[in-house]
Amino acid sequence: MYGLGILRGLGITLRHFVETYVEDIRAGLKHYGADEVFSMRQGAQAKGLFTVEYPEEKIAVPERFRYIPFLVVNDEDHPDAPGEPWCTSCGICAKVCPPQCIWIVRGSDPETGRPVPQPEAFTIDIDICMNCGYCAEYCPFDAIKMDHDYEIASYDRTTAHLYNFDKLARPLSYWQRIAPTRAEAERLEREAKEAAKAARAKGKQQGLDIVR
Amino acid sequence: MTETSPEPVPRSVLSDPTRFLQEKFTDAVRLDEREGYSGLIVDSDRLVEVAQSLRDDLGFTLLADASYVDYLEDGFFEMVYHVSSPHRVGPPMVFKAQTPRDEAALPSLIPVWPGADFQEREAWDLMGIRFEGHPDLRRIFMWEGFDGHPLRKDWREPYYEEEQKPFGSRWPEGHAGRAKDRIPYGMNVQYPGGFTLDGWRTEGEESLYEALDTPLTQEPGIHRIKTDELVVNLGPQHPSTHGVFRMVVTLDGETITRLKPVFGYLHRNHEKIGERNTYLQNMPYTDRLDYFNSMSNNLAYAITVEKMLGQEVSERAELIRVLMAELSRIQNHYAAIGFLLNDLGAFFTPVLYALKERELILDLFEAASGSRMMCNYMRFGGCAYDLPSQVGGPAIRPGDRERVLDTMTFIEDIVYERLPRATDEIDHLLSENEVLLTRLKGVGVLPPERAIAHSITGPVLRASGVPYDLRRMDPYSIYNELDFKVIIRENGDAYDRYLIRLDEVRESLRILEQVIPRLQATEGQDFWLGKRTYTIRVPQGEHYGHAENPKGELGFYLVSDGSANPYRYHVRAPSFINLSALEEMCVGHTVADIVVVLGSIDIVLGEVDR
Ligand code: SF4
Ligand code: SF4
Repeated sequence: MYGLGILRGLGITLRHFVETYVEDIRAGLKHYGADEVFSMRQGAQAKGLFTVEYPEEKIAVPERFRYIPFLVVNDEDHPDAPGEPWCTSCGICAKVCPPQCIWIVRGSDPETGRPVPQPEAFTIDIDICMNCGYCAEYCPFDAIKMDHDYEIASYDRTTAHLYNFDKLARPLSYWQRIAPTRAEAERLEREAKEAAKAARAKGKQQGLDIVR
Repeated sequence: MTETSPEPVPRSVLSDPTRFLQEKFTDAVRLDEREGYSGLIVDSDRLVEVAQSLRDDLGFTLLADASYVDYLEDGFFEMVYHVSSPHRVGPPMVFKAQTPRDEAALPSLIPVWPGADFQEREAWDLMGIRFEGHPDLRRIFMWEGFDGHPLRKDWREPYYEEEQKPFGSRWPEGHAGRAKDRIPYGMNVQYPGGFTLDGWRTEGEESLYEALDTPLTQEPGIHRIKTDELVVNLGPQHPSTHGVFRMVVTLDGETITRLKPVFGYLHRNHEKIGERNTYLQNMPYTDRLDYFNSMSNNLAYAITVEKMLGQEVSERAELIRVLMAELSRIQNHYAAIGFLLNDLGAFFTPVLYALKERELILDLFEAASGSRMMCNYMRFGGCAYDLPSQVGGPAIRPGDRERVLDTMTFIEDIVYERLPRATDEIDHLLSENEVLLTRLKGVGVLPPERAIAHSITGPVLRASGVPYDLRRMDPYSIYNELDFKVIIRENGDAYDRYLIRLDEVRESLRILEQVIPRLQATEGQDFWLGKRTYTIRVPQGEHYGHAENPKGELGFYLVSDGSANPYRYHVRAPSFINLSALEEMCVGHTVADIVVVLGSIDIVLGEVDR
């Protein structure tokens, strides 16, 4: 019979409509936004309505999420060097950056003129940044990380989008908060590296002792 | 299906086409003996003859790719043709023709492979090689007031800084500035010498309309009443063109008699950027080609460079890659079907059902790679990260809601239950719908031999009944270990192109069912072999790598001079070349059918315009 296909299709749309309410009942008539319901309704088993009511509700982004990069600095309560950047101005991120939007002035000692491991200026043109994550991936010092804050609309694109060091700096604790497992894994890796280095230095010392 | 060659080709010939050609054209072909190069170099005055022999004697009926290289120091341009056969497993056959830089001209290969049309126009536009005998040799991406041919090695863009990245101005004395301040608006365009905009007439437009005036070589076989023909522009801004894309059609009443697509509104000279970039820097740029399938683009590019590097890939990395590539195919086909229905006027119900499923796949992409669409996930030797333990992340901002979903469970849920169910549902919702049937059946029929002649690949080719799928024809990654069928459909109309996408989704799910247990078994193993380094030098030579992307054959032709930046980086974009047959599919139908035909090809302008 002509029209059967259309009717069947309409049946499916009707089912979608009904399923939303069935899900509500399954969720114990709690509001859709209730926390324990959220995973269920946004997971693979969900049926019916799928909408997240942005901006009141947002799906928390995963740890690997990448938006504009930020620079890691010590927290204010750091015992020795509060606020000190981790960046050594080695320039790797500026070299690896595909659209070449990282600009670094390498720090130098005002007296000797020799390079020092701190950037004098660090700028990212966020209009050009393609959020690829390479800078964070290839930085050997865990000094640059990808931010999760994607709500950065601004009114002025001509001046506001060259992010300087102050605008890029975030304390380590921020990174630990947005990406706890990654930050922890990185800490362990750094410690292991330090330990290996210490062991090597010690081994060398012993080697020297033996030679002596 | 019809064979182009009249007699069956002896097997011995098929097994060594190079020797066959060398014997047949002793004085016109020679082996390419440059270090790292392969294939034959053909004398340009015998090019058409050799091409004909390749097609008719040897069965290479499909011109996969026509690339072009500027050997500035040696003073010549080189066209590099890759041809394959739908009946032949293995890498494509390569032959080249050279022409001096100062008087660059080669015979057009359209008489042998009509699919050369757009690719030759591209080579003319971007490299300035003239193709003798080409019926409509106009610029294809750039506008006609454009100065020069941008892919020539001595051409420099207005924002030129250095030949190759990384630029010296970024470090150690990187005093930031915006390129737009350095070169203000108005100074960032180059015109040919003596060119002024005053009094300039749109010559390109005129030659476009002139091109429409020439009769089609293939008589469409429609009865003609003597009426005035009407020229209609569809696009560039039109919701059914899936981007900024324009079609100029001539109409006889309601019937289409000619159609010319107009490209380039989204052109950014991806290939020039690619030659400034290092090999590694190109990876995130490939995301922006077919931006629906960044995972598959990454894979195609990775396997090409890995081949040149001789880089091994671990089993787990291969499994993750196949998982991602096949999920990408599934979500692409869902979106293709959904948007086709949108074009038909079934506004948003089907497409939202399709996108709903797609979102779940993107959730996984995001958790694994950090981005839903611009994944930049694969590296030479593996993947950037292993699969994450969780899909979802910690709540940090006001309003954030956490999801706790274990990754493997999530993948199992979607592959074993959710997606098969969704596919059936789309099938039930649409396949028998009478309106859909009337709009799609018998529309835009593409016979197999015409599809091959036009270099069509992917689902469009298979819907015409040609079992050509690179996962089987030139296997890469671990596809030869996996059990799946190459689906074909026989009618080659828009309805078959719709159906075949559902079939392919089911077949991809079958692949994933084989991948999941192996992923579980390899948990904790290496996902990246080799060193995580940003300085990658590729040995001298050339390579054409290709993969079966959801939209067709995505190929990369790379030439390395041994440095960290590719000397030549060419992309064979399936959506672009699949449009070769658009005119043929539309002629004889009505204006409303253009939308159907275009939707059934499934193009994405990021890749068409590059
Ligand atoms: S790679 Fe890391 S340490 Fe080096 S300049 Fe960049 S942020 Fe600083
Ligand atoms: S995310 Fe990519 S584009 Fe952005 S600054 Fe880092 S390397 Fe450059």
